[in-house]
Amino acid sequence: MRIVIIGNSATAVGAIESIREHDQGAEIMVISEEGPMIYSRPMLSHYLAGEIDRSRLAYRPADFYTRHHVALITDDPVVAIEPAAHQVTTSTGKVIAYDRLLISTGGQPIVPPVPGLDLEGVFTFTRQRDATRLARYLEGQGEQRAVVVGGGMIGIKATDALIKRGVQVTMVELAPAILAAALDDTASAMIKRLLEGHGVSVRTENTVTEIRGDGDGRVSTALLKDGTLVDCEAVVFGIGVRPNAGLASAAGLQVNRGVCVDEYMRTSDPDIYAAGDVAEAYDLVVDMNRTVAIWPNAYRQGAIAGAHMVGVSRPDPGGVAMNTVEVMGVPAMSIGNGNAPEEGHDILAQIDERAVTYKRLVMRDGRLIGAILVGEIDRAGIYTGLIRNKIDVGQHRQRLLEGHVSLLSLPEQYRKHVVQGAGIEV
Amino acid sequence: MALSYMTPAFIIERDQSRCISCQVCVRQCANDVHVYDIEDDCVYSEDANCVGCHRCVTLCPTHALTVRQNPLEFRPHANWSNQVLRNIYRQAESGGMLLTGMGCDQPYRVYWDHMLLNASQVTNPSIDPMREPMELVTYLGAKPERLELGADGEPIETQLGPQLRLEVPIMFSAMSYGSISFNACESLARASQEAGTFYNTGEGGLHPALYRFGGNTIAQVASGRFGVHLDYLNAVAALEIKIGQGAKPGIGGHLPGEKVTPDISATRMIPVGTDALSPAPHHDIYSIEDLRQLIYALKEATGYEKPVSVKVAAVHNIAPIASGIVRAGADIVAIDGLRGGTGAAPTQVRNNVGIPIELALAAVDQRLRDEGIRHRASLVAAGSIRSSADVVKAIALGADAVYIATAALVSMGCHLCQNCYTGKCNWGIATQDPYLTKRLNPDIGAQRLTNLLRAWSLEIKEMMGGMGVNAIESLRGNRDHLRGVGLNQVELDTLGIRAAGL
Amino acid sequence: MKRIVIHEEHCIGCRLCEVHCLVQHSKSHDIIKAYRRERTELMPRLIVEESGPVSFALQCRQCDEPACLEACISGAMHRDERTGAVVCDESKCVGCWMCIMVCPAGAIRQNTLGTRIASKCDLCYGADVPACVAHCPNGALTYEEVLERNGGEA
Repeated sequence: MRIVIIGNSATAVGAIESIREHDQGAEIMVISEEGPMIYSRPMLSHYLAGEIDRSRLAYRPADFYTRHHVALITDDPVVAIEPAAHQVTTSTGKVIAYDRLLISTGGQPIVPPVPGLDLEGVFTFTRQRDATRLARYLEGQGEQRAVVVGGGMIGIKATDALIKRGVQVTMVELAPAILAAALDDTASAMIKRLLEGHGVSVRTENTVTEIRGDGDGRVSTALLKDGTLVDCEAVVFGIGVRPNAGLASAAGLQVNRGVCVDEYMRTSDPDIYAAGDVAEAYDLVVDMNRTVAIWPNAYRQGAIAGAHMVGVSRPDPGGVAMNTVEVMGVPAMSIGNGNAPEEGHDILAQIDERAVTYKRLVMRDGRLIGAILVGEIDRAGIYTGLIRNKIDVGQHRQRLLEGHVSLLSLPEQYRKHVVQGAGIEV
Repeated sequence: MALSYMTPAFIIERDQSRCISCQVCVRQCANDVHVYDIEDDCVYSEDANCVGCHRCVTLCPTHALTVRQNPLEFRPHANWSNQVLRNIYRQAESGGMLLTGMGCDQPYRVYWDHMLLNASQVTNPSIDPMREPMELVTYLGAKPERLELGADGEPIETQLGPQLRLEVPIMFSAMSYGSISFNACESLARASQEAGTFYNTGEGGLHPALYRFGGNTIAQVASGRFGVHLDYLNAVAALEIKIGQGAKPGIGGHLPGEKVTPDISATRMIPVGTDALSPAPHHDIYSIEDLRQLIYALKEATGYEKPVSVKVAAVHNIAPIASGIVRAGADIVAIDGLRGGTGAAPTQVRNNVGIPIELALAAVDQRLRDEGIRHRASLVAAGSIRSSADVVKAIALGADAVYIATAALVSMGCHLCQNCYTGKCNWGIATQDPYLTKRLNPDIGAQRLTNLLRAWSLEIKEMMGGMGVNAIESLRGNRDHLRGVGLNQVELDTLGIRAAGL
Repeated sequence: MKRIVIHEEHCIGCRLCEVHCLVQHSKSHDIIKAYRRERTELMPRLIVEESGPVSFALQCRQCDEPACLEACISGAMHRDERTGAVVCDESKCVGCWMCIMVCPAGAIRQNTLGTRIASKCDLCYGADVPACVAHCPNGALTYEEVLERNGGEA
């Protein structure tokens, strides 16, 4: 059997490791538009910040492909998929047949069509070469000022990295608050204060409408929606990604915003799978299919698709939207529906202004559906486990907010299940 | 009172070059002796609270601790000892009876240590226990007067009464659930099953979770009749009427209400939180005839299928008492000597009432033989059997088997701090505190008890083999294998043994 | 695969497991030296939970489908080929805390004693019996073949 994987990131690795766990014989080929090093996109902010060098970007060792007997085509994106013929075509004209295909083309960075995008000094933040170019660009500068467009997870990570390089940052965000999709007003305000404490100018309900150059083709100023002009040497777009689903829709597969998949990551074609940032899979907190472009989902969905391809059934119970970001050493986590409104939900919240810690737990029908943690993130996965497993914690609600969350403050049967393993009713 | 005159009994010595302030000692001491000072980042000790149980010493990962008796010295006095003085200080403060746990700790003569065993030389060859079978199996129960054989010599027509079969002549003596923890009871039950012997429920009844060990259980019917119901009687292998125990002859027992937890309440069949009082006499046994009535009531209730034992403390005139018990129909007579242990007893009673088991055993065995009724009941000796040598000597003096309790608890971790009555046993044995009872893992407890019995069995076989004896019944009552050292003639006569050299 | 089995009914809360976990992961492997000289750099990789008389020592459950491995962005969380254990390669970890966010047992902690990386049990890499199991005085931790295990999957 020949398995072809389009894309070379977390999803591909998840699929390969899952396939090889069960099947040593299947042929696997990976076709990527980038170079051979598998790197981790979320790591780019650490790289940009100067915390790690390029070699540490590698997500798996250099011999990963040889060890897992995977053939690799690099710098040659797939341009067409023909489901009926069971083959794909690359940009250099290679035609490759497949028995099973996994589309893991990831996401495209969202860049609004403003004037001045072609100036030197405009960057997105999703590809390794973008991060490398940005780092090199900043090294060459005297004064370093940047405008970061986007106050979501990616924008915050870019900002944090830039602060660590000594860059003065102005962050613009269209919504009334930064991290509005993940955090509530309180947590968002805490992060905003943190950023401002480090010299970042945070401008909400704002965005860049035009980028102007200095006459030599380099960025010199950004014009904001409210009319302000910000002098800067770089503009970094960290708005987010949209599913890179063009190939799939061109091939006639069912595509919504992302490629529609079932619990085994199968598309509308039984021999084609999609996983990762490109796919629209089941989210168990909101109880519907949607794209949640986070690393854990990408890997897990890849593993599920890979397993199913070689006949192992591992249905996806569903993803939970979650992310973690750190601003100058202060962590903030959002898990599930952490910023749900008060109405219709049972909210437990605790804030300690001095220590900059905040916890907000969202419950509905006695079950945890979301959590926001700022500052104190010890053992946060316990909350994630409660969300995933939909445990009834109604009677234990007060104990959930204890300083250090513990398994002993949860229903006994659940605790025993986690600690002692399978066989105990949850 | 504003100032206690009690000085610490023990001093903790902490080697500061080894102490790593890991605080294991702090967590493990139920008496709050060790305290961690966060400012100075060191552990210091409140010596006054130390009872000398050695829990901290044993668990300290760097062996940084030891416990010494407080070397505080009085002017030397042969009569007013340190202990006597401290007792008076304590009573002057409390106005109450002195209480204590475990067995008599006073320097009365230990007769086991004055008896020596024989060995074979020249005329009667030794037997090698590694190469010849050694029989330790013992049967407890009434033996028939004589054997009636059918025509041609078989079959044997005599019916044998109910017997307990012991793989080793050692059983675990009565310790009630309430005086010891459930985990300790479970350890005893499992070890009995593993080793092929029996343990005794004591007067606390039998916990339902332990009914599965019924085949290795002796159920006690004591004066408080705690937990005595028909299922209890039928679940076990034998019954024992407890008239008295060696640690506190003539007085009853008392489990304070604070220790009557829901579990103990259910097992003993008394309300939660009420004191469990065992009266001194059974209020339905005021004469030997009454005893006989109870013995037969139990036999009737259990269809004559289980041996009935009667346990008494070794007191003056123990010999006629035992004779009366045998004639009353008991299948087994258990005698508990002066040194017998307890979970709680008034100190003065424990230390001053009763007689040593060695003398009692010899007297009873001899009396029953003289009256020609020795076969009607098995004799079990209790009250500080400390080693396999004590077991051999006890059997040579006339016992069919021995009961051990202190030795069993020591093998599970007891350090004889004698503070059982406080319920703060740091080893998880004499306590119901859930923090403390966890410390005795029944897997480990049962293993240690089984190990002890196995070790003693091997030693008994060695000593027997050395004597040229290959079956325990050849040793029973065979006083000629014993010689006395350092004993006066009266003692030698009471024990029925000759002086060494003669 | 052999995994650590927790018997909470036997845990006495002494925390000798923490002590020996520390020593096992120290440079000196000597309990007194480790505590004297290395204490500021070491933290135990297990978590002792206590509530009233109930206590137990929790370490990584070595799940068959480890959520931490799936969530790790640097590839530091991996399954060791020799032992089969899920291990954090501390030279690759960047302290993003994704693993802490997904571990349903909460068995991973931030090591803030200098290195700012994720800290978790590694089954005492290479040892026959993990140190916590070997030194538990009451048999509350055993090391046994466990056929399947997933930390929190219902």
